[in-house]
Amino acid sequence: MRGSKTTLRTPRLFTHIYGWLMLLPAAVLLVAFTHYPATATFIDSFFSTPRGRRGAAFVGLDNYQAMVEDPVFWRALENNFVYAASVIPLTIALSLLMALAINGRIAGRSFLRLSFFTPTVLPMIAVANIWLFFYSPGYGLLDQALGLFGFSSTNWLGNQHTALACLIAVAVWKDAGFFMIFYLAALQQLSPQLAEAAAIEGAGRWYFFRRITFPLLMPTTLFVLVNAIINSFRLIDHIVVMTQGGPDNTTALLLFYIYEVGFKFWDTAYAATLTVVLLLLLAALALGQFLFFDRRIHYQ
Amino acid sequence: MRHVLKRLVTMAGAVAITLGAVNSAATAADIELSFYYPVAVGGPITKIIDGYATAFEAENPGIKINAVYAGTYQDTLVKALTAFKSGAPPDIAVLLSTDMYTLIDEDAIMPFDDVLKNDSDKRWAKSFFPAFMENSQTGSKTGEQKTWGIPFQRSTVVMFWNKDAFKAAGLDPDKAPATWDELVADGGKLTARDTAGAVGQWAIEIPSTGFPYWLFQGLTTANAVRLMNAAGTETYFDNPAVIQALQFWVDLSRKYKIQPEGTIEWGTTPKDFFERKTAIIWTSTGNLTNVRNNAGFAFGVAMLPAHQGRGSATGGGNFYLFKKMTAERRDAALKFVKWMTSPERAADWGIATGYVAVRPDAWDTPAMKKYVAEFPAAAVARDQLDHAVAELSTHDNQRVTKALNDGIQAALTGTKTPEQAMKDAQVEAVRILRAYQ
Repeated sequence: MRGSKTTLRTPRLFTHIYGWLMLLPAAVLLVAFTHYPATATFIDSFFSTPRGRRGAAFVGLDNYQAMVEDPVFWRALENNFVYAASVIPLTIALSLLMALAINGRIAGRSFLRLSFFTPTVLPMIAVANIWLFFYSPGYGLLDQALGLFGFSSTNWLGNQHTALACLIAVAVWKDAGFFMIFYLAALQQLSPQLAEAAAIEGAGRWYFFRRITFPLLMPTTLFVLVNAIINSFRLIDHIVVMTQGGPDNTTALLLFYIYEVGFKFWDTAYAATLTVVLLLLLAALALGQFLFFDRRIHYQ
Repeated sequence: MRHVLKRLVTMAGAVAITLGAVNSAATAADIELSFYYPVAVGGPITKIIDGYATAFEAENPGIKINAVYAGTYQDTLVKALTAFKSGAPPDIAVLLSTDMYTLIDEDAIMPFDDVLKNDSDKRWAKSFFPAFMENSQTGSKTGEQKTWGIPFQRSTVVMFWNKDAFKAAGLDPDKAPATWDELVADGGKLTARDTAGAVGQWAIEIPSTGFPYWLFQGLTTANAVRLMNAAGTETYFDNPAVIQALQFWVDLSRKYKIQPEGTIEWGTTPKDFFERKTAIIWTSTGNLTNVRNNAGFAFGVAMLPAHQGRGSATGGGNFYLFKKMTAERRDAALKFVKWMTSPERAADWGIATGYVAVRPDAWDTPAMKKYVAEFPAAAVARDQLDHAVAELSTHDNQRVTKALNDGIQAALTGTKTPEQAMKDAQVEAVRILRAYQ
């Protein structure tokens, strides 16, 4: 009896080991580059920054206390919310609009598709350097264009009221083409019968879009939304090139501030604390998206 | 067929020879020094540095220089410090002179005093312009002065002016404004407005993004005030003379209306100058070659205008020696740094790049004399060194600097008065520096 039991168990054990071995490469990568750094960051945020011969000491919640009292942190957080709340809807609206525009049979469609997609191909650093000159007061493209209508020159990036909006425009311009591709692919999946049926029923174009096209695109919209949210917290190259967070922290976003604290001030413990906040923020957003939106989306 | 075969054999031979050469170069007990240098890979500067390294190796068999091109100053500092923390620091690095306190606080570098052996070494360490040594040395708590950096690629802020624009405004094209008052007077004439009041050409641009404190020191030093003490533990941002200097900077835009309002982008300032959007710019001597090649008009280079006196801040990069080297490697590293800063090399480097040659005797070399005779503007930066002070540098440098930068930008964009901005910056700096008292 005992013998047969072991023979029964061995293949199952083997299956388990086999399964774990299959997962190992992915698990190693995930642990090494995601889970371990996240955990280490969390732990580091309770210690002081080691400097020279002085090692790290446990300081409890001191770093969090300092963060709550740090006006630049609140500024960066507020900026980031304004930035995300503008970039995300604008990018999604623009990409959907562009996809709808070039979905139909119009002359020069390939050319339009190419030109809408081009910003995506350029590296953000290059884009930022180009836009830096677009925004130059006086001879920049924007000022020259506005000059034709009699506007005087504006110091776009050097003014606290316009600097963040300028960066938002760059981000929208950069990402809209990329998301357009997903919308375009989704649009081409839609059955033409729906349009024909709607036409027979006498539905207008706006009605058809609102009640049929847009709901059917929701899975794509969720995908785009997740990516847009991540990008709005993740992409800061243009800030490094164009404003360095200035003037007076008007354009400092959370990740930019983390970089500054970590690699310019070398206050790694405080940078870890800020990173924990960013991680929690992103985790909360991701959870919210999947729990809230997933239920309302119709998957075919 | 035979032809192809022959070519293949020749190629294989060439590869074998190259491999052999590489092998023989790396044999014996060669000392290989890693040298972090702040420039992006490729481009003319890397060629010059590679040339120096090769020449040094030829003169000093047994020492190999492994130059690592690490990007911007900031990138290089990040790479050097993370390499240090992981236990494999570079042996030598060129980093900002203002990073001295950061490197000391991280316990990453050693003072040159520890490696200087004989009198000739000690004489060499004293052969540089005193203005450059100000932020290459610092006193310890016991009062002993130590040399932590050796000047290499150093610059300072100077004023470039468009002679054609001066002529057009009815000013003497060969005379740059020498004082703040003259700057304001000339500026009124240089600012060109159309009938609707829109400005076509500004008189002056003092850039205020990235590192506004550095240009600000051109104003504070002229107003006879220093921003920090020599030990890097105190700042004087709320000194009335500092506030006055910032008020003048703000007034250039708001009161005299001869400078654009808001912050002015450092990167596009030279372009503004070439495009004749501004008649005068303040920028680094490092831009000398750029302006020389791109200005489509006659231009001049002058010292910054004086108020209580003249003044400017030095900037740029120093050689540092990292810790954890064996004595043998240390000697080799010192040899390399000495070789790189010899008068001939300093002159050659200055001519090739536009940096200010770091020692007085470099200016007496025939090559430098010839260069200055052809291009007198190159000597302006040297002459200004008599009035120059150290670039703002303290413990926890970047954070203190940011407090000042934020204050300057707040004043320039009009969200705070200069007085309020500087008082806030000082409070922040005192808070940061409390740990180092």
